[in-house]
Amino acid sequence: MEKTMNLTLRVWRQKNRLDVGKFVEYKLENISEDSSFLEMLDILSEQLVEGGHEPVAFDHDCREGICGMCSMTINGVPHGPEGGITACQLHMRHFHDGQIITIEPWRAKPFPVIKDLVVDRTAMDKIIQAGGFITGRAGSAVDANAMPIDKQTADYAMDAAACIGCGACVAACPNASAMLFTAAKVAHMNSLPQGKAEKNRRSLAMVTTMDGEGFGGCTNIGECEAACPKGIPLDMIAQLNRDYALAQVKNFFQPVL
Amino acid sequence: MNLDSKIPEGPLESKWSSHKFNMKLVNPANRRKYHVIVVGSGLAGGAAAASLAEQGYNVSCFCYQDSPRRAHSIAAQGGINAAKNYQNDGDSVKRLFYDTVKGGDYRAREANVYRLAEVSSDIIDQCVAQGVPFAREYGGYLANRSFGGAQVSRTFYARGQTGQQLLLGAYAALSKQIGLGKVKMYNRHEMLDVVKVDGHAKGIIVRNMISGEISKHAGDCVVLATGGYGNVFFLSTNAQGCNVTAAYRAHKRGAGFANPCYTQIHPTCIPVHGDQQSKLTLMSESLRNDGRVWAPKDKETAKQIREGKLNANDVPEDARDYFLERKYPSFGNLAPRDISSRAAKEVCDDGRGIATTGLGVFLDFRDAIARDGKHAIEERYGNLFEMYECITGDNPYETPMMIFPAVHYTMGGLWVDYNLESTIPGMFVGGEANFSDHGANRLGASALMQGLADGYFVLPYTVGNYLGEQGVAAAGQVTTDHPAFAEVEADVKGRIDKLMSINGTESPRSFHKRLGNIVWEKCGMARSKAGLEEAIQEIQALKKEFWENVRVVGDADSLNPELERAGRVADFLEFGELMCRDALMREESCGGHFRVEHQTDDGEAKRDDENFTFAGVWEYKGDETVPALHKEPLIYENVKLVTRSYK
Ligand SMILES: Cc1cc2nc3c(=O)[nH]c(=O)nc-3n(C[C@H](O)[C@H](O)[C@H](O)COP(=O)(O)OP(=O)(O)OC[C@H]3O[C@@H](n4cnc5c(N)ncnc54)[C@H](O)[C@@H]3O)c2cc1C
Ligand code: SF4
Ligand code: FES
Repeated sequence: MEKTMNLTLRVWRQKNRLDVGKFVEYKLENISEDSSFLEMLDILSEQLVEGGHEPVAFDHDCREGICGMCSMTINGVPHGPEGGITACQLHMRHFHDGQIITIEPWRAKPFPVIKDLVVDRTAMDKIIQAGGFITGRAGSAVDANAMPIDKQTADYAMDAAACIGCGACVAACPNASAMLFTAAKVAHMNSLPQGKAEKNRRSLAMVTTMDGEGFGGCTNIGECEAACPKGIPLDMIAQLNRDYALAQVKNFFQPVL
Repeated sequence: MNLDSKIPEGPLESKWSSHKFNMKLVNPANRRKYHVIVVGSGLAGGAAAASLAEQGYNVSCFCYQDSPRRAHSIAAQGGINAAKNYQNDGDSVKRLFYDTVKGGDYRAREANVYRLAEVSSDIIDQCVAQGVPFAREYGGYLANRSFGGAQVSRTFYARGQTGQQLLLGAYAALSKQIGLGKVKMYNRHEMLDVVKVDGHAKGIIVRNMISGEISKHAGDCVVLATGGYGNVFFLSTNAQGCNVTAAYRAHKRGAGFANPCYTQIHPTCIPVHGDQQSKLTLMSESLRNDGRVWAPKDKETAKQIREGKLNANDVPEDARDYFLERKYPSFGNLAPRDISSRAAKEVCDDGRGIATTGLGVFLDFRDAIARDGKHAIEERYGNLFEMYECITGDNPYETPMMIFPAVHYTMGGLWVDYNLESTIPGMFVGGEANFSDHGANRLGASALMQGLADGYFVLPYTVGNYLGEQGVAAAGQVTTDHPAFAEVEADVKGRIDKLMSINGTESPRSFHKRLGNIVWEKCGMARSKAGLEEAIQEIQALKKEFWENVRVVGDADSLNPELERAGRVADFLEFGELMCRDALMREESCGGHFRVEHQTDDGEAKRDDENFTFAGVWEYKGDETVPALHKEPLIYENVKLVTRSYK
């Protein structure tokens, strides 16, 4: 037989960007331990709608930990206390009957709250737009096997490219730094032979844009790594610092930006 | 309705190249005078928007997520096909073409499929150039795996995250163009209608999902790449926001809808756990490279497993029925999806299903682990195993996975000609949203291929050709001041007002769930005349109830997920009926469409080539009028129609 539980939720409610917002408490009964965390929120929504109230707005789409859309801090931890997964992958079997669960949006200056748990993360897109690409116009590519890439490099690039752009790293960082996110993208592209031509320009442009969008600096606290659902390691930040320093020197003599 | 497929003359192998040569070109300096609207930022839309901008056109791109990188393509796991023949195992453009036509149960258009196979190699080249980190062998060359319905290894992959990596490639290219100002990106904007001027698609009406503002957008043509409609079933492997709204609205404005009943039920998904469930999770088909599918041979054993009295590992070898290997010895566990799904259903109907609901079979890695070692299996499927454990709490290295078929993909879609232009001139449709390439069943790893083929290599040519034909004097001439825009905008607003004002008692989600139940039961894995007739009536009644009793809380001028869902469910309701009508019309079984009346003695799908070798295209005739059926005959000049056998 499936086990069920009763819960108390403390959920951040905020009407819009300008509203000050507050926590509101809700009771939920008979939640199956096989339900996902977001299914639990769906049930809350249905309960609220039934009473004529507006449900809690939250971002979500794929519900399998890959789109990076879901974004909520659960009991003080972005994506919840389990670690290594996204909020949508969290299941109720990790909670217990009678528990109080606090749910709030990503808290970071560059991510203004739009409504309830929904925040605006377009600042992350801007960082990519500045240089998070390898220029390869459709039609101009050579044969895919023309340039062998050793497995180690390919695996490293893939480890970095696993970032889902969720922003948990930013939400977890006391400085609201986006270094882990930026470092992952830079590491993915700078490590591949195809990405070498734009390496310096990329490192400079992405870091400059990151600063310009209001993300804080990195002071090596490491909260980002702990919150990241995709295991992006801190080493990548160190690598970004090296790439950036080198790019600055090169840029001094031969400006690319 | 004019269904001229515009297939170019000449032999199959040279159709695309001669067609490209015959196209009207737009000179580079003139391209900036045109404005193209692209709805969708998935593989098809993202690649098309980026490529058109690279060529010099101005592009506006729309998506409903908060970033183009989150389009549903991101969730694809297993891989992408291409006829590279890097394995030297006999692959070729012709073989990929042939496999795809056969896999689609001879209900796809030959010329389109051939082109798809032809450009498949370019896609891999393009992606590698963009930095997509495909899996590689130790020697540094690209690795391949096998997928269902093929006897060669032609699938390229990036761990279990192929869709993510391909989409991030397209997203990077798109981002570059956004940064350069060539693409204007509209995140969190939902397209709610198409605007036609003098019969041509010249714009769209969208809702800003944050402010609720309705706005008008004009362009020289419109590209829809809005994905599939699997969520009509409520439970599917699709992302929560996937919808039919854009395609269905276009249908109501005159775009023919082709083969809506062709839906794909994927055999390897995690079984349903209870009635609180919101979505089903796919376990990639690649798992069937090493996993063996089985169910107990007798009902009693199955019952004991269901009740938790017997552990699957304790079932002796001779009490197991490896039913795919038994029924389809030459393809075994890699039999195509439609066939594997039906086989699993048969076993469960026979009372031999497992999982608490009896709706499940095993996918077992015991033998593979014994053969190759745990490490090798972890290398191949590590993240999928983790995902499985995360959802079910079971460890698949130790106990076999439980799987059951679930709705996954939709082969039907807006009808398009060889240029991917719909029956509304100037409206192009790419990716899963169109109907073109997969016939009645899609082979694994072919949707990613099609999305990128459309986006990088087909639409950039055919859209240019259309714009060239319109002439540079026409560029940018239609603006939102044209009265057609105000008219459609008023329709859109009227509909929203209506939804907000009903003030009934039942939530949009509840209606969605009820619709899902009807279509899953009666238009799912097995369909019958009587069932479909009932379904049509039930859906009509449900639709009436919806418009009398739906309750949309909140308001229309702010972020309101209830209103978004209500609008989508309203379209799903109408579309669900169309889907059932199509299934009822098609008095044969083919691919994913299985009519119980039409099966062979051993329960396989029985096609009727004499009467049904056509694409069924529906024309909207009004809310209370039965839609009209048109037929595009499918002419096979290069492939001989035979009974599809994987035995
Ligand atoms: C779980 C899963 C795994 C899969 N694995 C594979 C695989 O391994 N190999 C394979 O080949 N295929 C796979 N597929 C299928 C494949 O992923 C999809 O068919 C393909 O990615 C669809 O791409 P698309 O560009 O057509 O649409 P999508 O990626 O769905 O993009 C649709 C876009 O349209 C936008 N949109 C939709 N409606 C509106 C609207 N009304 N207004 C504005 N914007 C709108 C969305 O925001 C989005 O940007 C898988 C599918 C699923 C569900
Ligand atoms: S680095 Fe990790 S936490 Fe940060 S955006 Fe990427 S996946 Fe999310
Ligand atoms: S909803 Fe997609 S990652 Fe959580």
